[in-house]
Amino acid sequence: MKGFWFRIGPIITVVIAIFVLWYAGAVALNSAWAQDKAKRADVTLSFSELVTDTLSQEKPKLPAPHQVGQEIWKTTGQKVIEGRAFSKRSLIYHSWITLSSTLLGFAMGTALGIALAVGIVYNRTMDKSVMPWVIASQTIPILAIAPMIIVVLNAIGISGLLPKAVISMYLSFFPVVVGMVKGLRSPGRMQLDQMKTWNASGAQEFWKLRLPSSMPFLFTSLKVAMAASLVGAIVGELPTGAVAGLGARLLAGSYYGQTIQIWSALITAAALAAALVGIIGMIQKLVLKRMGMAQ
Amino acid sequence: MIWLVLAVSSWVIGMVLNVWLSKRPTTRFTSLAVPTIFGLTLVIIWECVVRGFEISPVLLPPPSAIAVRFATSTPILWQDFVQTGLKGALSGYIMGCGAAFLLAIVIDRFPFLQRGLLPVGNFVAALPIIGMAPIMVMWFGFDWQSKAAVVVIMVFFPMLVNTVQGLQATDAMQRDLMRTYASTYMQTLIKLRLPAAMPFIFNGLKIATTLALIGAIVAEFFGSPIKGMGFRISTEVGRLALDMVWAEIVVAAIVGSAFYGSVALLEKSVTFWHPSQRKG
Repeated sequence: MKGFWFRIGPIITVVIAIFVLWYAGAVALNSAWAQDKAKRADVTLSFSELVTDTLSQEKPKLPAPHQVGQEIWKTTGQKVIEGRAFSKRSLIYHSWITLSSTLLGFAMGTALGIALAVGIVYNRTMDKSVMPWVIASQTIPILAIAPMIIVVLNAIGISGLLPKAVISMYLSFFPVVVGMVKGLRSPGRMQLDQMKTWNASGAQEFWKLRLPSSMPFLFTSLKVAMAASLVGAIVGELPTGAVAGLGARLLAGSYYGQTIQIWSALITAAALAAALVGIIGMIQKLVLKRMGMAQ
Repeated sequence: MIWLVLAVSSWVIGMVLNVWLSKRPTTRFTSLAVPTIFGLTLVIIWECVVRGFEISPVLLPPPSAIAVRFATSTPILWQDFVQTGLKGALSGYIMGCGAAFLLAIVIDRFPFLQRGLLPVGNFVAALPIIGMAPIMVMWFGFDWQSKAAVVVIMVFFPMLVNTVQGLQATDAMQRDLMRTYASTYMQTLIKLRLPAAMPFIFNGLKIATTLALIGAIVAEFFGSPIKGMGFRISTEVGRLALDMVWAEIVVAAIVGSAFYGSVALLEKSVTFWHPSQRKG
């Protein structure tokens, strides 16, 4: 048990420290507004009054954690109890919109990434001509052209899920290509020669040696790809006029100064990212264990 | 029709040329020429297809139109670059990477912090931090300060995690050797551990270059003065002046590649001893 606390103890300390800092920051940042209000009402605030006021403002500069928590509960759990889990005011609805385009983009990006990686590993021409451009493509800040992609695809009649998914795909295919090329090339000379002595065909070599040995690389890059594709989906929602999705909540919140709404969308997005990456991590553990590759 | 024939023929020529080139022994020339031909072919096909199918410039302008627009509006592009590239991205990049580097050295000194902050840092590095942009715009105003702030928090965690990892890259034998030389903590840090951490630090710096530019541009979507690359992109999209948007993208691509390239060059001269940098 000592090992457990040895590992968890410092993490809990850091998390508590973050919350303490958050509350302190909320008091510090919001006190200017509270003082201003008190001055106009011609009262002087005692310290405890100041603290209560800073932690319960309607549009604070930095909302306190419990305000964000309440907002999230109000827009998720409470809606479920009311039986309106998918109403437009519910964060579950917005998360679902974002999640669906994230997953679609992730699936497309992974498929494209693996296909490109196989091509690069097996075809010398592709390796030489495509690989440098795959790397160069990532020095272009693709998120910057997200609005254009959305508008153009809208203009030719593709709207809704797909344009956002395209952006997610663009962001997520890169880590998969790089990881899979590394993984498919990871079997050593010795192992490849062994396959040759067994008279293995090209397909057999791929399915029985290269693909299995690329699995650890694949999962590592899938985690990166998933995080990237969530970012892509959120940014993809910005230019659509703030209709639906977590990105739209962020934009609407920033238009109307609803800081609590921004923070609750942000925390939800963070939880979503953590959950998605966590799920991939679990699948990775299961698969690698079945394959006898777990460390 | 003639444009489509041109498109197909240039595709075939490019492909044949590349297949032929890549079958020859690899030299400096071929490793440069093959991707160049590939890229050029793509641009030519783009031009020909846009002209051949008479695609409206509102959807996809041909490369030639983008080049013309780029050449005629360099003052605006330059002004946007200064606002976003230098003031927003570069200042944030330097502040964020510098702060992360210093914190990493502190973390490395105290194992308790290492065990506590590293998992949290790893977790935060996977979060959609770009979402902090509207909050930063609210706190620091519309001008470049808020963009720099977004860049700082975006580059901070990847840099932190990489530097901490790098500082652990020395093995026990090397540290023992420094001990037998009776070297102090500072001496070990400067002469052994920082040099050994350099490949990791540069990895973090390279990841951060892309993030910095993205952060600065996306932050401008949430509010900006009337200049800047992100501002220009979002307004010109609204006016359907896509050639201007593409010109802005070309600038972003050039800046991004140059930024990345200069960090990579610096890496080459600092970590010349590392196996990944050696030739042959």
